[in-house]
Amino acid sequence: MSLFTVFNTAGSSLHAQTVRLNTTASNLANADSVSSSTTTTYRARHPVFATQLKDGDDAAAGVEVLGIVESQAPLRREYQPNHPLANQEGYVMMPNVNPIDEMADMISASRTYQSNVEVMNTSKQLLLKTLALGE
Amino acid sequence: MRRISDGDSEADANTHLFKESHTVSISFDNALGIHAQALAWRSQRAEVIAANLANVDTPNYLARDMDFQSALASAQGSDYLKVTYPAHLQTYGSNPGELLYRLPTQPAIDGNTVEEEQEKAAFASNALHYEASLRLLSGRIQELLSAIRGE
Repeated sequence: MSLFTVFNTAGSSLHAQTVRLNTTASNLANADSVSSSTTTTYRARHPVFATQLKDGDDAAAGVEVLGIVESQAPLRREYQPNHPLANQEGYVMMPNVNPIDEMADMISASRTYQSNVEVMNTSKQLLLKTLALGE
Repeated sequence: MRRISDGDSEADANTHLFKESHTVSISFDNALGIHAQALAWRSQRAEVIAANLANVDTPNYLARDMDFQSALASAQGSDYLKVTYPAHLQTYGSNPGELLYRLPTQPAIDGNTVEEEQEKAAFASNALHYEASLRLLSGRIQELLSAIRGE
């Protein structure tokens, strides 16, 4: 019964979207984590999604998270000479987190999560009705 | 073709005698009709659409779907090649479970061709069709049961 594999497929997507929500939370939480050098500053993190292909089963294509990449966008420099972490020139380095991008990402992740939960619910109902066939 | 009296030679003999006056034989394959196959096909399609919905945010993912018409034709056995000699090999016109690629109406910049609304609509309609087949099947089973019990 291939309806059972729907749970694996939708479940893999739920996991991937959870990872995405986690990175978004981490990015937003660290949006103001300043540092004095470019090497130690927090950089925005984003998951890389890929289709999970199984041998011999074309239809059941789930999602996997290949890894988390750090954004290579330039860091923001702010002149705050009184900041305890300011460097010799009086600058602090701010993370390259874009809160607007993060919010959009968060909404997209939650929508996809919802639609996958719906898919699971529908499949569950269909399976339950199939089990009650002929009663 | 499975007869209800399979594997029971005595019962077979009885049916044989019985057939002379009445030709009652219940073939479950015929009784349930095309709905059993439809259920299998629908559940397979649900899987494909679920995969599309799972990969809404995956770059370069190509949305897929299955063609109902070719599946129906193959289930009804109408897509056989015409043979002019009995020794000719028979083949199927098309693969009933063949996965096709959906044509996107609005291409995305990341190469993903899933359109979430379309997929959701397809999934919902597929689920309804599944349920319809289920109900028809259930009705047939009830009919068979009342025929067997002779109520």
